[in-house]
Amino acid sequence: MLYAILCYHEEDVVWSWSAEQEAAVMTRLAEVQAPMIASGKMGPSLRLMPTTTATTLRKTKDAPLVIDGPFAETKEQLLGFYVVEVADLEEALAIARDLAAANPGGAYELRPVALYNPDQRPGLAP
Amino acid sequence: MTDPAWIENALVGARPRVVGALLRYFRDLDLAEEGFQDACLRALRHWPNKGPPRDPVAWLIMVGRNAGVDGVRRRARNAPPLPDEAVLSDLDDVEAPLAERLDDSHYQDDVLRLLFVCCHPDLPQTQQVALALRIVAGLTVAQIARAFLVSETAMEQRITRAKARVARGTVPFEAPDAAERERRLATVSAMIYLIFNEGYSAGDGAYRTRLCDDAIRLGRLLQRLFPAEPEVMGLTALMLLQHARHPARFDAAGRIVLLEEQDRTRWNRKLIAEGLALVEKALRHRASGPYQIQAAIAALHDRAETAEATDWAQIDLLYGVLEWLSPSPVVTLNRAVAVSKSRGAEAALAMIEPLGEALAGYFHFHGVRGALLWQCGRRAQARTAFDKAIALANTAAEADHIRDHLDRLMAEAAREGRG
Repeated sequence: MLYAILCYHEEDVVWSWSAEQEAAVMTRLAEVQAPMIASGKMGPSLRLMPTTTATTLRKTKDAPLVIDGPFAETKEQLLGFYVVEVADLEEALAIARDLAAANPGGAYELRPVALYNPDQRPGLAP
Repeated sequence: MTDPAWIENALVGARPRVVGALLRYFRDLDLAEEGFQDACLRALRHWPNKGPPRDPVAWLIMVGRNAGVDGVRRRARNAPPLPDEAVLSDLDDVEAPLAERLDDSHYQDDVLRLLFVCCHPDLPQTQQVALALRIVAGLTVAQIARAFLVSETAMEQRITRAKARVARGTVPFEAPDAAERERRLATVSAMIYLIFNEGYSAGDGAYRTRLCDDAIRLGRLLQRLFPAEPEVMGLTALMLLQHARHPARFDAAGRIVLLEEQDRTRWNRKLIAEGLALVEKALRHRASGPYQIQAAIAALHDRAETAEATDWAQIDLLYGVLEWLSPSPVVTLNRAVAVSKSRGAEAALAMIEPLGEALAGYFHFHGVRGALLWQCGRRAQARTAFDKAIALANTAAEADHIRDHLDRLMAEAAREGRG
């Protein structure tokens, strides 16, 4: 089954990483991801820009309202996500534990994927 | 989680909010700072074993406040015994209600007040910047001293003097009204851009770069406090779009590489993308301002794949708007550079001649003027202008850069003299 692993952390902290810290985290994450990629468990993953770049469209009754900033003002922000192919929640949790060890701080929210549409852009569809 | 580097990042990230809240309690910068330092020391002792608290900011505020209150008591009458360490740092009960209180707009005013205190109008700009770097960004005195190329003692004195002046003056602690907020926002924005320029203008080097990073962090912080202010978006975008070119701005020997000659593949595409996203957001507001215009100009440079592809006519237009919004001889000088590309060196030279008096002591004026004169074939005058620029250079890199021009100019003259 497909699980989304949503990454939450304080962006103040993440965006104040030095280049060296960033490189170290990415190296450790790549080590966690390598066996997942090899065993065909690793779906798409992405990192979002800071919430300062976010714009929110509120679906109000009449014309939708466009608001600057993220949908929810929270102490920890949604920073990105992974999609992984796993047998069950336990396996998803095991992956999340490995990711957490490689990139500490914040939280992962694990949510089963209900509908998955692959990339439809020309030349990119699997 | 218990990685000291992670804890350090958490403490740096929490700093403005915690010091801001402590300043509200104590109404005293030194006490607020000491409270934060105490809380950090306790965090470094407790978090590695117990794990970080659910809400590090609330934890630090609470511990910092207790420690500060204790410090005040100790000073007031000679030292009742310190509360037990465990009592001071065991905050499982207090954390939840405090965290809820922090969720309201309280901390917005706390952080803005903290930033604003550092821009106290009685302080000269050099002190404003030093104070903000120390109090808000949390740089050590040694780090700030190195960035400003002064001795640690001199910087220590500068900051102490600034604090004393702030303590004497009155900074209102009640929540500001809309007009006051607007004014504070403009002052704070100017101070942040000043920090950025300190880092950007002068030479390569880790300490200078650090100032740019800190200014960008403060910009993002300000933007989260005021998510719908287009000028704040413009300020952050401007810094991101300029800082993105940093990896290409100096050669291996630390010499300045001009925008036209930079290796554009070395520009930081992530920062450019973030800056462009902010420019787009800001433009939607249709409320133009100087930071947005400057960001739009930086965006045009960053978007050009080659120097030749730069849309100089558009940049000339934008500088025209900027001249109208906030007239200054420096803006006109910058516009002249765009004009020299779109309309030729003679037109640019005519534009800057009236600035001679206002910018007589400005390095860049003589550098630009020299280059324009040279392009017009007036080599003797160009040489005089370059000599003036070298005399006014702020850094060795700036002087070297102009010397390069002079050398090439002399070589050209010699070649033609022979031929």
